[in-house]
Amino acid sequence: MPPHGKEAVSPDASPTPQTLFDKIWDRHRIMTREDGQDLLFIDRHFIHDVTATAFDMLRQRGLKPRAPHRIFGTPDHYVPTHRRDMAAINHPERRAMIQALERDAAESGITLFGLGDPRQGIVHVVGPEQGLSLPGMTIVCADSHTSTHGALGALAFGIGATEVGHVLATQSLWQRRPRRMRVSVDGTLSPGVTAKDIILAIIAEIGVAGAAGHVLEYAGSAIRALSMEGRLTICNMSIEAGGRAGMIAPDDTTIAYLADRPYAPQGAAWDRAVAGWRALRTDEDALFDREVALDAAAIAPMVTWGTTPEDAAPITARIPDPAETADAGRRDGMERALAYMGLVPGTALEEIGIDRVFIGSCTNGRIEDLRSAAAVVDGRKVAAGVEAWVVPGSQQVKAQAEAEGLDRIFTAAGFDWRFAGCSMCLATNGDTVAPGQRCASTSNRNFVGRQGPGARTHLMSPAMAAAAAVTGRLTDVRRLLAGG
Amino acid sequence: MDRFERLEAVAVPIARVNCDTDQIIPAQYLQKLRSEDFGRFLFAESRFRKDGSEVPEFILNRPAYRPARILVADRNFGCGSSREHAVWALHDYGIRAVIAPSFGDIFFNNCLKNGLLPIVLPQAVVTPLLAQLESAPGAMVAVDLPAREVALPDGGRHAFEIEAFAKTCLVNGIDELGYTLAQSGRIDAFERSYDGGSM
Repeated sequence: MPPHGKEAVSPDASPTPQTLFDKIWDRHRIMTREDGQDLLFIDRHFIHDVTATAFDMLRQRGLKPRAPHRIFGTPDHYVPTHRRDMAAINHPERRAMIQALERDAAESGITLFGLGDPRQGIVHVVGPEQGLSLPGMTIVCADSHTSTHGALGALAFGIGATEVGHVLATQSLWQRRPRRMRVSVDGTLSPGVTAKDIILAIIAEIGVAGAAGHVLEYAGSAIRALSMEGRLTICNMSIEAGGRAGMIAPDDTTIAYLADRPYAPQGAAWDRAVAGWRALRTDEDALFDREVALDAAAIAPMVTWGTTPEDAAPITARIPDPAETADAGRRDGMERALAYMGLVPGTALEEIGIDRVFIGSCTNGRIEDLRSAAAVVDGRKVAAGVEAWVVPGSQQVKAQAEAEGLDRIFTAAGFDWRFAGCSMCLATNGDTVAPGQRCASTSNRNFVGRQGPGARTHLMSPAMAAAAAVTGRLTDVRRLLAGG
Repeated sequence: MDRFERLEAVAVPIARVNCDTDQIIPAQYLQKLRSEDFGRFLFAESRFRKDGSEVPEFILNRPAYRPARILVADRNFGCGSSREHAVWALHDYGIRAVIAPSFGDIFFNNCLKNGLLPIVLPQAVVTPLLAQLESAPGAMVAVDLPAREVALPDGGRHAFEIEAFAKTCLVNGIDELGYTLAQSGRIDAFERSYDGGSM
């Protein structure tokens, strides 16, 4: 949006207190254009199997990637999750997208965790897992959920295909400095309430455009208390609040998570890096353009009932009545959503039956997510008539889960245990929810047609999706955890 | 990139708040290459039935709106996925300017890279404009980029903001990459003095 950033202070002006975001931005600023946009140096560029067009653009101009060592790739959107070979992709265009990634990476000397590589997975799961996403970095990828990597204290955001071509050719990107917004979540979460519930509560509070034009920083005791994986879930959905990026200052949790990751610095370089990371935090008295505060203790397990992530409510609630909404645009949106979802106002959320369950995605496909779901599923069975899937976020997550026996808990309950990929989050690989079917999903978007034409998506945490799987309807997981 | 200076054309209203890029182009078309005509996939799920036939009530299929080259939308248009295919779909369909009270940030940037002009006008202007365009199908809107002004069917004229660099690129049909490549020396110098960020 054009007016943003005009009030931004000159980075060299004075020792004014700075936000974490401003510190990273200024460190990467190569130059400033007449219109005020900054050329940012990009430390890390992730590519996946929807990047073919950007490489084509480059080729047409006779250009090559400037810094292949800064680029890492893995196929995720088009990979099959029922088998692990190219022959399993029965669609020529999808197969071609993966082959294009393999060709483009090989031609340019880009490291690729290809289909069949034990490191393959969803790019936003793989980056942190491999230690490729580090505090202080600028990170881009042709995917809006690149905001995920901000959980490590990086400035990470999604870009379009033309911008990918620009980064490939120049290792830099023009950006207008966004505004800063801090969301503070203080207090202690109740049992059964997770990072997913926090971010759904935040989006319900500020709306899907609530952070437009802003970079979000998540702070407060409840955020600090989260594991790295929970923080990744929170930052992942920053874009669902319209945010340009989301970030969390690095701390002991971050540093412990990164230690000994394959691509994290080692030895003396590690010690130097850690010293730098410890200074990466928002200064006291640094100013934000907007501040929002939430009480962690007041957050209940959340589910969505509509077709935008702001259509989220505590599981104990009922479907709201659009007639009680003053804003005409919002009312119209709610009416459309309820018609698409086949729901009527006043229905208790817990009365809504489901047909499908999808546990996975870059939002909730990490090991802690699978542990949390398995804890609910253990000793129970998937309800009759429900088809439930677990799609690990990466092959490493899959291997770890199998080492812990989680796969056996899921399969014994009647879940389908699959290979890593984006899968049913956006259904590009053919893993779809059928028209009219209702899916309890741990993914990030409940948009119209997101999981397939006519598919009806309810977003929730892995524990809540597991609860829905075993009861066959949206269910307050706290009852199952209490042994009820 | 196509040049953009002035345009007077039929405007089609898409009166939905938070119209995400999944609606503008469903994910199943992301596997197509840029050589495809993405205009055929614009609003595919609303515009076509399963058998490929048109949904006659959908606004793009109504005869008066078929020549539309301007799209008027409600707030937060193009939110969600970063897919540039959403802009390609609009562009290939023939849309050259989109007017809305606000846009998804990534979509906004993607528009400017493809010769598509995103225009922010206040909600107080867009809401009645959507109603006007619905009640008078085929009404024209005029966009003057050098003057940074739109003229609406009710005779109203409204100024809009656009950054000077983006305007120059659009008016001349040039993209950013050439300009950046000319700054290679600055990038090289930065890299030489760069402490490696976190590495």
